[in-house]
Amino acid sequence: MPQIKALDGNWAVAEGVRLAGPKVVAAYPITPQTPIVERVADFIADGSLPGARYIAVESEHSALSAVVGAALVGTRVFTATAGAGLALMHEVVGVASGNRLPIVMAVANRALPSPWSLQVDHSDSMAERDMGWIQLYAENCQEALDLVLLGYRLAEEVRLPVMLCLDGFYVSHSTEVVSVPDAKEVAAFLPAYEPGPVCLDPDCPLTINQLTSAGTFTEIKYQHKQALDQALELLPYLGEEFGTHFGRPYAPIQAENCAGADVVLVSLGSSAGTARQVAKELREKGQQVGTLKVTSFRPFPKQAVQTALKDAKSVAVIDRSWGLGSEGPLSLEVKAALYTLPKRPLVTSYVAGLGGRDLSSDTLSKVVETTMELKSQGRSEFEPIWIDVKEGEVD
Amino acid sequence: MGAATEKLPLISCGITTCEGCAMELIGRVTLDVLGPKTIILTPPSCSAIITGYGRETGWRVPAFQSNLENIAAYCSGIRVALEVQGKDDVHVVAFAGDGGTVDIGLQALSGAIEREHKFIYICYDNEAYMNTGIQRSGATPLGAWTTTTPAGKKESKKDIVAMLRAQGIPYLATASAGYIDDFRRKVERAKDVDGPVYIHVLTPCATGWRFPPKETVNIARMAVDTGLWPLYEVVDGRLKITRKVKTLKPVTDYVQCQGRFRSIFADQIAQLEKGAEKLYQELLAEEEKA
Ligand SMILES: Cc1ncc(C[n+]2csc(CCOP(=O)(O)OP(=O)(O)O)c2C)c(N)n1
Ligand code: SF4
Ligand SMILES: [Mg+2]
Repeated sequence: MPQIKALDGNWAVAEGVRLAGPKVVAAYPITPQTPIVERVADFIADGSLPGARYIAVESEHSALSAVVGAALVGTRVFTATAGAGLALMHEVVGVASGNRLPIVMAVANRALPSPWSLQVDHSDSMAERDMGWIQLYAENCQEALDLVLLGYRLAEEVRLPVMLCLDGFYVSHSTEVVSVPDAKEVAAFLPAYEPGPVCLDPDCPLTINQLTSAGTFTEIKYQHKQALDQALELLPYLGEEFGTHFGRPYAPIQAENCAGADVVLVSLGSSAGTARQVAKELREKGQQVGTLKVTSFRPFPKQAVQTALKDAKSVAVIDRSWGLGSEGPLSLEVKAALYTLPKRPLVTSYVAGLGGRDLSSDTLSKVVETTMELKSQGRSEFEPIWIDVKEGEVD
Repeated sequence: MGAATEKLPLISCGITTCEGCAMELIGRVTLDVLGPKTIILTPPSCSAIITGYGRETGWRVPAFQSNLENIAAYCSGIRVALEVQGKDDVHVVAFAGDGGTVDIGLQALSGAIEREHKFIYICYDNEAYMNTGIQRSGATPLGAWTTTTPAGKKESKKDIVAMLRAQGIPYLATASAGYIDDFRRKVERAKDVDGPVYIHVLTPCATGWRFPPKETVNIARMAVDTGLWPLYEVVDGRLKITRKVKTLKPVTDYVQCQGRFRSIFADQIAQLEKGAEKLYQELLAEEEKA
C-alpha cells in the first residue's frame, strides 16, 4: 500500500531514492539541494538503504566523478546538486553521458552566479542541456518522487544519465501531500540493477574512455544521439506503465485545451501548475487559454509539441532562464518544433521568474494579456519580452 | 583471464612513448608487481599513451581514462563500489603525472586520502606538463627551462610529499626510476595497505629534460645521489630512508648533463645544493628519532 505523507520536494526525492535503492551515493552540500543528501545519508545510516555507502566528497566535481567511478564497476548510483555545483561538475557531466552511465542526479534548480542568488531559475540545468543527459522537470513534490523512479527505469533501459530538475524552494522546500509508493510495487516497476557493457572488471578487461580519432568520434556521438531518440520513444510507454503501477501516468509533455486556443502557455517546472490554474480561471471567464507543460526537456519531444500546438492561434513560451544574447532555450525549442508546419501559430517568448522571483498568477495573466493583444494585431513579438522586469529597480 | 595470457606482460609491447621513457618503465613494473586484478586509471598525460588511441589499448587490465583533475575521485567511487559488491581482491591504481597530481588534481587527491579510501596513487614525476609540450608545472625544479619558463623557473619545486605527509596517510614513499628494486619493493608493500597509498616516482624524461635517451637511468640515479630526490618511505608516520647516500654528489654533475638546465644560474645551483643537503639532514635526523 502506498503511504500518504506530507513531504517537501527534497524529501520526496529522498523517498524516491530510498525506494530505488542505489548502492553508492556521493554528494556535496549546496542550497537548495542539501536536504536531499542529508536525508539520503540518514537512510544509509539507519539501514533504510541496506548495503549502500555514502561518500562525503570534497566538491561537486568529485561527487559526480565518484558516482561515475562507482557506476563503472556496476552499481546503481545517485547524486544531487544545484546551481554553481552543477556548473562545477560540467566537465564530468559529459563523461557520465558519453560513457553511457545510467546515473540519476537531482538538481534543485538555482540561478548561476553572478550576481549570487540562492533561489531558482533554470540557468544551471539549461547550461547542461546539450550534454547528452535526459532532463526531466518536476512540477511538484509528487512528480519529484515519481520522476526518480521513472528516471532510473528510463536511464537503465537506454543507458543514459538522468537529470531530475526541481525548482529550488518552490518545489524543493514546499511541503505537499505525497503518495509514497509501496516497495513491492516499486520492485515490480524497477528491476534490480544490471551492469551494462561499459564495466571495469578484471575478469573481462576493457579500456574505457580513451582518446578517439576523427574517424570514430562522430559515430560514437551518433550512437549517443540515437540513445536519446530511443529514450524519447520509450518514455511514453514507461510513463504509461508507471501509471498502471502507481496510478499516475507520465508523458514527455502534458497538453491541455491547446486545440483552437487563443493562447497556449508553455512552461517547465513549478510554473506549469500556476499556468494551469491561470488558464482555468480565464477559461471560466470565457477566454480560450490552453497549457503545455514540458516534462522531458531532453530529449525534447519535438513532434509531440508540434502536434499539440499546431491548431493553437498563439503561443506564449515562458523561460525561467536568461537566454542572454538570444532568447530562452524553451522558446527556441518550441519555435523550432513549429517551423515545419505549413501554417504556424504566432509565438512570443517571455523571460520571467529569474533568481527566485515568483512566477505568479499575476505575471502569467500579464503574459496572456500581452499575447492576446499581440494576437489581435495579428502578430507576435520578435524579441523576447522580459515580462516581470521592474523599471527603476536597479540604478 | 586464462593462464596463457597471465604470462604476457600486462602492458603490451610497442607502446609509442619516447625512447628511454621512464614513465613507461614505471608503469610496467607497477603492473608486474600488482598483477591482473588491477583497475588502472590514467589522466590526460603521457601515461594516457598506454591507455591508447581509437581501438588500441596498451593495457591488459581494465583501464579508464580520467579527466586531468579528478582521477582520485574516480578511484574513490570505484573502491567504494567494489567494497559494496564484496570484491576485495582488486587493486585500484591511479597512474598520474606531476601536473595532474601537484597542480590541477591536488584537491581530488587530498579529498580521497582524507576519506581514507584504499587506492594506490602513483605519481610519475617528469617535472613538467610533457604531453602538452613541456610546460612548467608546480613540480618543475628551480632553474629548469620549459616552454613557459623560457628563462628558467624562478620558483622552487612544490613539496607535495611533505604536504601529503602533513595530511596523514598510512603509506607514502618516494622512488626513482633509477632504483627499480626499491620501487618494486614499495609497490609490493603498497599491496597490503588498508587505505590510501601515495608513491611519488621521479621519472626523467629525455624529451623534456633534453638528454640522450640512454641516460635515463643514470640521471634518475644522480637525482638520488645528489640528495635532490632522496628515497624514503613513511609507514604510519614513521620515516625510513630506503637508500642511504654517504656523501651527496655535487648538484652540478646532475644539472650539467641536462639541456633544460643550460641557462641555470650559479646561485640557483647553490640554492638547490643547499636545499638538498638540508632535506637529507632533516630526513636522517627524523629517521634517527623514529
Ligand atoms: C581540464 C584540463 N585542462 C588542461 C588539459 C590539457 N592537458 C592535457 S595533459 C596536460 C599536462 C599533464 O601534465 P602531467 O600531469 O605532468 O603529465 P605528463 O604529460 O607530464 O605525463 C594538460 C595540461 C586537460 N586535458 N584537461
Ligand atoms: S615526453 Fe617524456 S614522459 Fe612523455 S613519453 Fe616522452 S619520454 Fe615519456
Ligand atoms: Mg609531467
